Amino acid sequence: MTAASWPRGEPALDRLLHLDPRTCRKRDRRVGDLPALLKSGDLLVLNDSATLPASLRGRLGDAPVELRLAGRRADGAWDAVLFGAGDWRTRTEDRPTPPPVRAGDRLSFGLQLTAVVEAVSAISPRLVTLRFEQTEDAFWTALYRHGLPIQYAYTAGPLALWDTQTSYATRPWSVEAPSAGRPLGAGLLSALAKRGVGIETLTHAAGLSSTGDPALDRALPLPERYDLPARTIAAIEATRARGDRVVAVGTTVVRALEGCVRAHGRLRAGEGVTDLRIGAGFAPRIVDGILTGMHEPEASHFALLEAFAPRAVLAEAHAHAESVGYLAHEFGDSMLILAGA
Amino acid sequence: MLVTGASRGLGAALARRLGRAGARLALVARGAEDLEALAAEIRATGGEAHALPGDVGEKRDAHRLAGAAAALVGPIDVLVHNASTLGPVPLPLLLETDCEDLERVLAVNLVGPFRLTKIIAGAMALRGHGLVVHVSSDAAVAAYPRWGAYGVSKAAQDHLGRILAAELEGTAVRVVSVDPGEMSTRMHADALPDADPATLAAPDAVARKLVTLIERPEAFAPHGGRVELATLPDEEAP
Repeated sequence: MTAASWPRGEPALDRLLHLDPRTCRKRDRRVGDLPALLKSGDLLVLNDSATLPASLRGRLGDAPVELRLAGRRADGAWDAVLFGAGDWRTRTEDRPTPPPVRAGDRLSFGLQLTAVVEAVSAISPRLVTLRFEQTEDAFWTALYRHGLPIQYAYTAGPLALWDTQTSYATRPWSVEAPSAGRPLGAGLLSALAKRGVGIETLTHAAGLSSTGDPALDRALPLPERYDLPARTIAAIEATRARGDRVVAVGTTVVRALEGCVRAHGRLRAGEGVTDLRIGAGFAPRIVDGILTGMHEPEASHFALLEAFAPRAVLAEAHAHAESVGYLAHEFGDSMLILAGA
Repeated sequence: MLVTGASRGLGAALARRLGRAGARLALVARGAEDLEALAAEIRATGGEAHALPGDVGEKRDAHRLAGAAAALVGPIDVLVHNASTLGPVPLPLLLETDCEDLERVLAVNLVGPFRLTKIIAGAMALRGHGLVVHVSSDAAVAAYPRWGAYGVSKAAQDHLGRILAAELEGTAVRVVSVDPGEMSTRMHADALPDADPATLAAPDAVARKLVTLIERPEAFAPHGGRVELATLPDEEAP
């Protein structure tokens, strides 16, 4: 499937493949048709995390490296992945490996941003836990000054911070964009609300999608933190009590909700961390359907969708989408997997 | 809460009062030194304030500031657009104002606040509460000679607020413009160096009233409307 190489101007006109996993029927629609595909009483749950400038260019000793933040720990340390020299023009698989790194090593990203490695992961020598040496205010100012959003080799040029945000983003927890919500602008959200569709949010720290390091990619997603507001839980419970449908916008929302309910036996308000892995055979307890971006069948993303539709049905839907020109990846077209009219 | 133009004048007075009232504050201004001193002062008195130096008239800065602010204080539920520029002083006649200077005034006083609102208000609407305050001016309404660039920017900002309010009707986001009246600030001295400071309000007295409005906007400010702060009661005792 061809990748959309740049954010497109009118997201409501982006294509939307509606797949009913019960009847296996698929329909070609537009994102702007969403209000007609949902019913009054249905609930959309969105991830309101903003996207961090998670890619930092700096030095490890004399060697140029790129550091990609993977997630922030509760104690303020960060998990991060090192890449060798090079930039977004080279696929991560083809990038040189970074020099070996040990606990105690210092990384610098200009004068105002430095970090000390606290531990190197057993999963991959490129996955480290580190701590920045600046105060909170100075760290965030410097991160936003020196960092760029994580880049993709398929884009037409380097992405700026504003290319990677949803219209409702707030706390910057995600290291890659929670891109399923990218087409949901103020106008479409307002049309959904007028239709009687509930719209609630949670915050989930979307992690790295791939690193080009096979051992590390097999371990993705790493544990991710989320914050679940009480009002969202109340809306989910009311929706389910009525027999209406809860639709997750993006796989991160599925991870937060299903991870929370498996860890605690119920949805619990507040912050948590989930290491839930979702795939074939996983029976969602909270989420009835998903609005998601189009991705390649080999992506780990695809495995997660198997919780909502059998692989053969997904593969057929994907083949159809490819044959009629759907575009893939972060700026691509969308798919709604949802049963019932 | 996020307050722009926070390093001096009304912005600094407002930040001190909001800090005392327990707000988690992200403070923005161009000058890092004054801003950091103010944030340290607020923290020393038990408040929470973070200094984020930047220029709201610059696209890159606006996105950086909004991100860092939400990282430090959480989702922004009150956004106070207080930063503004007069343009060149002494204030020139409009016909003698360089177009580039007018563009810069509009960038700082109109487009910059609009951009920050765009970045922040979407989450406010979904989270079910939010307040956007535009600090306006008498010059938005009256046509004072030599206040052209500034007056145009403030009139446009007022109208931007009215249209935003109309579009946000039915959400929990409220947009208001406030006219603080004439205050003894550096901006006022730059504009009218011969004014008698004794005739001008102290920024702190105006900030008190602004806190009253921020705490209960529904009581004092019609959605999308313009409020003269002088007509408001003082901040209620906590």
